[in-house]
Amino acid sequence: MDIPRHWRLKKQRYALVGEVCEHCDAKLFPPRDICPECGEEAKTLFQFSGKGEVYSYTAVYEAPEGYAEQAPYTLAMVKLDEGPLITAQLTDLGAQKPAIGMPVEMVTRLLRSATDERGMLIYGYKFRPAVAQVA
Amino acid sequence: MTENDHDHEHARLLKTEHPVGIVGYGAYVPRYRLPAREVARIWTNGTGGLPIEEKSVPGLDEDVATMSIEAARNALARAQINPSDLRAVWVGSESHPYAVKPTSTIVAEAIGAVPSTQAADWEFACKAGTEAMVAAMGFVGSQMARYALAIGMDTAQGRPGDALEYTAGAGGAAFIIGPGDDSLAEIESSYSFVTDTPDFWRRQYAIYPEHGQRFTGEPAYFKHITSAGEAMFEATNTKPEDYAYAVFHQPNTKFPQRAGQMLGFKPEQIATGLLVPRIGNTYSGAAIIGLTAILDVAKPGERIMMVSFGSGAGSDAMVLRVTDKIAGKPQLATTTEEYIARRTEIDYAEYVRMRGKLTMK
Ligand SMILES: [Zn+2]
Repeated sequence: MDIPRHWRLKKQRYALVGEVCEHCDAKLFPPRDICPECGEEAKTLFQFSGKGEVYSYTAVYEAPEGYAEQAPYTLAMVKLDEGPLITAQLTDLGAQKPAIGMPVEMVTRLLRSATDERGMLIYGYKFRPAVAQVA
Repeated sequence: MTENDHDHEHARLLKTEHPVGIVGYGAYVPRYRLPAREVARIWTNGTGGLPIEEKSVPGLDEDVATMSIEAARNALARAQINPSDLRAVWVGSESHPYAVKPTSTIVAEAIGAVPSTQAADWEFACKAGTEAMVAAMGFVGSQMARYALAIGMDTAQGRPGDALEYTAGAGGAAFIIGPGDDSLAEIESSYSFVTDTPDFWRRQYAIYPEHGQRFTGEPAYFKHITSAGEAMFEATNTKPEDYAYAVFHQPNTKFPQRAGQMLGFKPEQIATGLLVPRIGNTYSGAAIIGLTAILDVAKPGERIMMVSFGSGAGSDAMVLRVTDKIAGKPQLATTTEEYIARRTEIDYAEYVRMRGKLTMK
């Protein structure tokens, strides 16, 4: 496992920290330092609200190694309120069916299951149905 | 009582040099619920009394770190402070995800409190969370720090079929302790009562805890909670009628009801904070998540007594007074009752899978 890579990515992965372009105010996620809208440098850190909606989704039955314990799960493209589209797992669906347009919010969860007792635990963002919509 | 005795009584109290209180609080309860009758269906053929209605169960991707992060984010939303102003991130639990590697650094990183902060994990069975709160009081009350974050959170496990399996739930709460003037509830004082009592333990490599059977009630839970509560009444010269609410550690429905009665509280004073029938025993989170449910509805001027209990054994009693800064705060994050209402019932088979009792290799 690539420990240095996980360590480097933790800020964006734990808390959805991206970048904002000082020139055109575009919000970037993942951070890539160059604005895709205007081509200028964009290195200012930006904390996303974590709110968005499901843009599209798919069910995963054959999970890659390290994710098998959580299968089957739903992988979605989420359109963040601030603009960017990102791919992430949906969680806490309970008995709910995912749907396009479903309001979701970011939570930090275990990405890789902890059933290997010796390995490092990898945490990162997922999205769940917005609690206000559920209760 | 002589003047000297009175001073002695008062000296046992922990009071800060400068006023302190809660500037932000947040709860977390996972979505899934296992009814106690499901556990009974598997192990006793559905016979026998049930200690609670149902308990909360964490999803496959949840642990004390992820749950603490969410509660801490809720506390920050209510405190409306910059996370980099926190000088301590302390997590009390008996189910830290790592044996060696702090939960608190993961939480501090995720909420943006790194790097200029203390970070440590606290352990004292079910009172690790209030222990962290008392330390935070000292940190802020001495003006070493303006803000400190104290969390109590657990994903408790009971051996399959054991009495604890009916009640061992998941959840907890986070509190940002800050200056009294900024507080939505001032913490007026705290008092701790501790003895060496072998009521409950788990050795280093054991998955499930052991309990001293009849040792758990009278000499442990009731003795420590009522001693701490009574000492608090005496030292602060208050009586049960002076409090709008009381909340205790709650391993099942009956224990806190009886402890309240022994201390002279009426059922309506403990009803708001008594969450165990609906979410189970959240261990380090149990008394303090009850406190969050109270803060969600409390009015300025109301007094709250909280008494935690941790096996091994000890109780922390705290007296809080709600201030007018409570106005509008509960709505700034998901309330405790909203989390409890977000409920998906599961059966024993789903529970076995979610709690990792099913090996895949
Ligand atoms: Zn731009």
